[in-house]
Amino acid sequence: MSTLTLTQAINAGLRKAMEDDPKVVLMGEDIGTLGGVFRVTDGLMKDFGSHRVIDTPLAESAIIGTAVGLAYRGFRPVCEIQFDGFIYPGFDQIVSQVAKLHMRTHGQVRMPLTIRVPFGGGIGSPEHHSESPEAYFVHTSGLRVISVSNPQDAYTMLRQAIACDDPVLFFEPKRRYHAKGEVDLDADLSCAPAMGASRVVHAGTDVTLVTYGPLVTTALDAAKAAADDGISVEVIDLRSLSPLDYAPLEESVRRTGRLVITHEASETLGLGAEIAAGITERCFNYLEAAPVRVTGFDVPYPPSKLEKHHLPDLDRMLDGVDRVLGRPNSLSGLEG
Amino acid sequence: MRPGGRHPQDAPARSQGPGPGGKSRRRTAVLDATARPGASPQPGIHQLIAADGTSVADEELAPYVADVDDEQLLQLYSDMVTIRRIDVEATALQRQGQLALWPPMLGQEASQVGSLRALDMDDFIFPTYRENGVAYLRGADLAGIMSTWRGSANTGWDPHKFNMATPQIIIGAQTLHATGYAMGLVLDGKEALSIAYLGDGATSQGDVHESMVFAASFQAPVIFFCQNNHWAISEPVGLQAHAPIAGRAPGYGIPSLRVDGNDVLAVLAATRWAAARARSGAGPSFIEAVTYRMGAHTTADDPTRYRGVTELDEWGAKDPIARVKALLQGRGKLDGEAEAGVAARANAMAAELRDGCINMPDPAPMSVFNNVYTTEHAILDRQRDHYERYLAGFAPTDGATLEGSRS
Repeated sequence: MSTLTLTQAINAGLRKAMEDDPKVVLMGEDIGTLGGVFRVTDGLMKDFGSHRVIDTPLAESAIIGTAVGLAYRGFRPVCEIQFDGFIYPGFDQIVSQVAKLHMRTHGQVRMPLTIRVPFGGGIGSPEHHSESPEAYFVHTSGLRVISVSNPQDAYTMLRQAIACDDPVLFFEPKRRYHAKGEVDLDADLSCAPAMGASRVVHAGTDVTLVTYGPLVTTALDAAKAAADDGISVEVIDLRSLSPLDYAPLEESVRRTGRLVITHEASETLGLGAEIAAGITERCFNYLEAAPVRVTGFDVPYPPSKLEKHHLPDLDRMLDGVDRVLGRPNSLSGLEG
Repeated sequence: MRPGGRHPQDAPARSQGPGPGGKSRRRTAVLDATARPGASPQPGIHQLIAADGTSVADEELAPYVADVDDEQLLQLYSDMVTIRRIDVEATALQRQGQLALWPPMLGQEASQVGSLRALDMDDFIFPTYRENGVAYLRGADLAGIMSTWRGSANTGWDPHKFNMATPQIIIGAQTLHATGYAMGLVLDGKEALSIAYLGDGATSQGDVHESMVFAASFQAPVIFFCQNNHWAISEPVGLQAHAPIAGRAPGYGIPSLRVDGNDVLAVLAATRWAAARARSGAGPSFIEAVTYRMGAHTTADDPTRYRGVTELDEWGAKDPIARVKALLQGRGKLDGEAEAGVAARANAMAAELRDGCINMPDPAPMSVFNNVYTTEHAILDRQRDHYERYLAGFAPTDGATLEGSRS
């Protein structure tokens, strides 16, 4: 086992994937000589050459669109989008081409693209550097969407994503890039948890708290704080946003009867809405209260001096827990 | 120096090549929003066969088709007649309700035939939705081509079998795919090339600009083959380009040629020029084939609402098939019997198309779930199972299973 930051774990995952398969090529702005603005690809161009770590011109649609052509040719491109807010110029290529070519060609063309996206807020950045666009892609059939929360998952799931014949949106929680954790660099992919599997990361009996990516750490802190009040919170890390792995959620909600979903993205039609609906369909007779969402507001991502208000934190999560338990909370006394 | 041998920095002169009949070599046609396409001569366009069927001397292009004898020219003529006949049949099938939509290629036969016949099978084609003549000549079966337009499938051929991608509906998107494929050819050390077909309207799209940036950056062996058919649905080319479109590519460091897109020999030569550049490692090229869409954008379109009545007459006089026919007849190579033979072949293809189209079965209901992912997807699997159970309520009770289901 090695102790690595999330960034180092991703770097190691890229390196391993490139060593294992010569058809894996990296593409993106500043990923070569600079090693990426977050240094995720540091040293890879030096070791694998500029033909496999391709510094591209600044053009997101072209990065994705030329990766489509490379995939036609049998390559497995790993594209880096520099920041979440810059993915929109490449949106059309992702949702109109990458996601659909396999079905469009009756399965004859595969699109094994991995699109890495540093996402989420909390790092004090200017506009377009802190967004959570994952729901756009979850809504698009043909894509797989995952988000990691710790170095081991980052290392393992990135390799799984690259090995996957479906296109994968790989959301990296940029504010956790420097979080350290134990990583088994010799992890056997065939023995690792499936890329599509969610996981209980803290057992509990009173409330099920579901999240992913950057908020897993916050949710774990909330669970510990709740325990001080005698409330047992079960925390589930979704890991896979598409497909959603409902089995652990269903099992958990049937025990707790209460569900809180939290994410940084805006509330309306975010993952929380989908999970609330999905669990209500599946577990209605087990629910003791309506599911509660604790999310970013339906606003453009605010200036960094305000982001602490926008991002769900420990106290807002606990308030959500209080709401679903019927304890005194921020909405006490109000209808609905 | 033979054509194509110039340094890319010499490229700007290429977009202002010799005009038909030895006219000014340096004049540049300037288009503007008020221009009526086809109303004035188009200087700066390479040509080998004039509209009246006479040969035109073009020192730059002629070497690239020096091997094309009368027999081969007759084959090019036959190709054009056939795909026009296919086009007419498909248009009729749409009018009869057998096709949901059809994008006519009428008038653009020389561009499709000339460009396709310059390629090898190893070369990968990324078409728009209008290259149905190219798809046919590449080997795709007619019923398969029609399946897209009948609404039975999103594509009717295996891209890897024919080295031709599926029809691209998003304007300009395929230029990036072609560039990426060409980058892959470089990485694989192959001498093949890719070709992106695009229209004049596509050159307004950001993807086309990004593709040229990437193609130049990585010296990708890709041909950008722009059929300037003068109309992007109802928007005239003059709205989108205030200078010849071929003039844009040199700005990216990509040599370009502007050719008469209704001249099959000129198109063949230009595409061979670009292919030679690609195969020699000289990188991307851009061809503007100046042609004209004689029909509607699609059968859902009504061009009488936006274009003048004289245009069709003006461009009808430049018909790509008529001029080759006149050339061959002038040389005594196309008598009545030969012409009847060409027509018979075309009619046979049309009959095959009609038969394949009309007898095409509807796809199985459960196939809507197929190939969305390469492996299982829990949510989609749940929906499939649910819908399968729902449909089973309507199924006969003889034990038959639903086609496309997993049970």
